[in-house]
Amino acid sequence: MTDSDTRASPAADVVLSVTELCKHYPGILAVDRVSFEVRRREVVGLLGPNGAGKTTTINMILGVLSPSTGSVRIAGIDLARQRARALAQANFSAVYATLPGNLTVAQNLNFFGLVYGVPGLRARVAAVLEEFDLQHLRNTKCGVLSSGEQTRVALAKAVLNHPRLLLLDEPTASLDPAAARTIRARIRGLAAHSECGILWTSHNMYEVEEVCDRVLFLSRGRILLEGDPRTLPRAHGVPTLEELFIRLAREPLADALERAG
Amino acid sequence: MRPRPIAGILLRQFYLIRGSPVRALPMFAWVAIDIVVWGFITRYLNSMSAGKFNYVPSLLGAVLMWDFFTRIMQGVSTAFLEDVWSRNFLNLFATPLTLSEYITGLVVTSIGTSAVGLVVMLALAMAVFGLSFFALGALLVPFLLVLFCFGIALGILASALVLRLGPASEWLVWPLPALLSPFVGVFYPLSTLPRWMRAIGHALPPTYVFQGMRAVLAHRPFSPGSLALGGAIALLDIILAGYFFARVFRHAVRTGLLARYSAESTA
Repeated sequence: MTDSDTRASPAADVVLSVTELCKHYPGILAVDRVSFEVRRREVVGLLGPNGAGKTTTINMILGVLSPSTGSVRIAGIDLARQRARALAQANFSAVYATLPGNLTVAQNLNFFGLVYGVPGLRARVAAVLEEFDLQHLRNTKCGVLSSGEQTRVALAKAVLNHPRLLLLDEPTASLDPAAARTIRARIRGLAAHSECGILWTSHNMYEVEEVCDRVLFLSRGRILLEGDPRTLPRAHGVPTLEELFIRLAREPLADALERAG
Repeated sequence: MRPRPIAGILLRQFYLIRGSPVRALPMFAWVAIDIVVWGFITRYLNSMSAGKFNYVPSLLGAVLMWDFFTRIMQGVSTAFLEDVWSRNFLNLFATPLTLSEYITGLVVTSIGTSAVGLVVMLALAMAVFGLSFFALGALLVPFLLVLFCFGIALGILASALVLRLGPASEWLVWPLPALLSPFVGVFYPLSTLPRWMRAIGHALPPTYVFQGMRAVLAHRPFSPGSLALGGAIALLDIILAGYFFARVFRHAVRTGLLARYSAESTA
């Protein structure tokens, strides 16, 4: 029994349900019938080479890109039908979506706190500033922060509304190893001690093994493999997750699908 | 519509204006310069006419009302452009914020910023150049309301154009009021214009305001029905502009433009 199996729980525990999600652009099938779930207190890694469809999938879950077909339910709420209610249950942090640099850390948190309708906002902002060690930067404009500090602010924003679903798109991409380790520990702690489930993308396989309970390998818009990042490599005859990643990324899609069974 | 997200949009603009003199200054500087320049022009014209005609209410009043309309329109579009400049769409539209809450937030921001401009313009025009709106009386309120509504509609339309055409299209926003001004007869009666320009003018709400203002100041018969028509067109324009913005937004979500806005197109 894997770690993720022990966490398997009733449908009420599913914080994200993606069903047969497709995204067509003229001449391109960016995401092809992707289905998966993320459960409460689970960290799921969405892996794949550049252009595999990870960010397209995340954008559809965030409601900033509409799927061609398929559905997204966040905490049981259909995103297409009840966009505002569904998105109130989610939040995200992405390396390519920095917070407005012309506002201070506290101003950004106040602004997004109001937009997310966070109750007791003043106390909540104080709490996340402390949680992410940002008190001394509260009056500093986000545009002048280092990459590590900006990542911490983005994560503080991402947990501000106690999301049931947290989407983290390469949250440690621009961090030094020490800062990345600290962030990983915080996120792992968040998954363990809160009610949220986390969907995480990363190109750092060491990080994925450390943090994720389960991984999904995405290539050319399709999910090829799914499983425990610690047992998947051996099950497919390779020594490490990185080797498995490279093999799947290089193989033609038909071969990869056949291998994945 | 929930008040807290709208308050959030307003608070963000307040933070930006409070922290940046280059944002605060345009709220009143350009309109003040306009009033000063036109104030002296009217003084000069008054001296030339040797008291036969008072140009202050008709010219300076028209400038003031046109600047008020421009400030309203730019108040909406500038608040929108702040999200363009800071590449904030992804952060903003991945939240529970609805389009109507967002647009309402932009409008409320514009009311605040343009009110500052209006107060400065009124103070200067009345104290320095002796402008008095007593002749217009209570009609000043509906005149300003029609201009306000059309300014909101044009601001929403301009924002939708920038959302559709990409960040570089912001240059389209600024000259929009100037583009309309020849058609609405800010300084001259509509009858001055050729027939095709008059036809366009009749579709624009400010036309009815300036026609009405000149009629009242010249003690000619004023048609309340005509002003009501202007108001109805302005309200219709707000609905149409909101609908257009929503269409453009849905297109941006469908094509991926919203997520990759800085690319200007997904083609």
